[in-house]
Amino acid sequence: MSITLNALTKSIWVFHAACSPCNNCDIEILDALTPRFDLERFGIVLVGSIRHADAMLVTGVPNMKTAPRIKYIYDQMPKPGVVIAVGTCPCGGNMFRHSYNFVKPLDEIIPVNAYVPGCPPKPEALIMGVVKLIKALKGEK
Amino acid sequence: MNQMIDFLIFPGLLFTAVCGMLASFVDRKVTARVQWRKGPPLFQPVYDFVKLMGKEMVVPSGAHLLTFLAAPLFGLSAIVSVSIIVWNALSGGSAGFSGDLIVVVYLLAIPSIAVIMGGFASNNPIASLGASREMKLMLAYELPFILAVMVTVIKTGSINMTHVVRAQAGAGASAVAGSPSGIIALAVAVFCIQAKLGLVPFDIPEAEQEIIAGPLIEYSGPALGVIKLTRWMMLFVVPSFAVAVFFPSSTFAGNILRYVLLLVVAILLRNTNPRVRIDQAIKFFWFYTGPVSLLAVGLALAGK
Repeated sequence: MSITLNALTKSIWVFHAACSPCNNCDIEILDALTPRFDLERFGIVLVGSIRHADAMLVTGVPNMKTAPRIKYIYDQMPKPGVVIAVGTCPCGGNMFRHSYNFVKPLDEIIPVNAYVPGCPPKPEALIMGVVKLIKALKGEK
Repeated sequence: MNQMIDFLIFPGLLFTAVCGMLASFVDRKVTARVQWRKGPPLFQPVYDFVKLMGKEMVVPSGAHLLTFLAAPLFGLSAIVSVSIIVWNALSGGSAGFSGDLIVVVYLLAIPSIAVIMGGFASNNPIASLGASREMKLMLAYELPFILAVMVTVIKTGSINMTHVVRAQAGAGASAVAGSPSGIIALAVAVFCIQAKLGLVPFDIPEAEQEIIAGPLIEYSGPALGVIKLTRWMMLFVVPSFAVAVFFPSSTFAGNILRYVLLLVVAILLRNTNPRVRIDQAIKFFWFYTGPVSLLAVGLALAGK
């Protein structure tokens, strides 16, 4: 466990990558960042540029139009970085699984480190997912 | 050898970096308390900096490599030089050299110029937009800032930082901010500091909700870390320059206390105001703050 990776777990700057969502998950993400839940306690800050980000929060279904773009954005993220799939859609396609323009689940396009299922997931679920991810990065169970 | 200690440890790089990180922590903590939440831990700026140092650095394909990567270092070295001159005077060090007040005023403009250079070199339309806003803002606040500093030069009759501090903090001497013209100049300087630091009423170049991160949008990894470090150091150095010019104390601890007072004023201004547009900012500095600072210079010349 290197010093920089240890520092990464204490200062995760998240980038919100909307991959054609229905906006419910986005609203829950914004809710999690409000003063009520205070994610800055864990050093989590929302940044606007993918170049500053350590984590991508991907919401929505990867379809024909957004799948190449989400891969392009992932390639631009400075490594080491993590990807968190927020909501049931990026985790597995939800009810759009049999849709004509559905490509494949997110983890077959880019590597995904954490899954937060729910339609939409509550802010508590999102925080729990991030805390579990931090523990996994540190090598704890 | 002594000079190396001055440059690297006190009052140079290390001292400024530690104080700047503390100031950034105070800023984030007070902001959190104003919003009724708990806020980040004490070592948060250290974690941020170490993390950024360990990240990959991406340089956009159209960027000018040398300018893009050298700009953050220019800003950092300029702010370290300012800290050496200002804190040498504030901690009662050597006599400095004649005219170092003017050198400090010039050096304080370099971090903004570095951000402009980096923004234009990064070949990104949003970065160019942010850099052009930064340039307009600089044109707006530099004139009132220099006029406010002029008041002290007239009052103390010196352009040497150490003399300026001693003329105000010695036995029986009174601070410039104790006179009518000094109070007006200090009020003008507080607004100019807000713009120089890019804090909220004047954070137009970086406006997160409109142009994401402005000139910094393409920076990543160590380059972004150096820019963040420069920002934190500015949060420490620029208000302490105002302390040295307007109301220094004869002791080191007194100067730190006065600096904290100015920092809290800046943080509260930042938390209680919405962002203005660039045209409103230029109007504010040229048509309201500018004439007021001219008035202060006039009063100082009249001996008030």
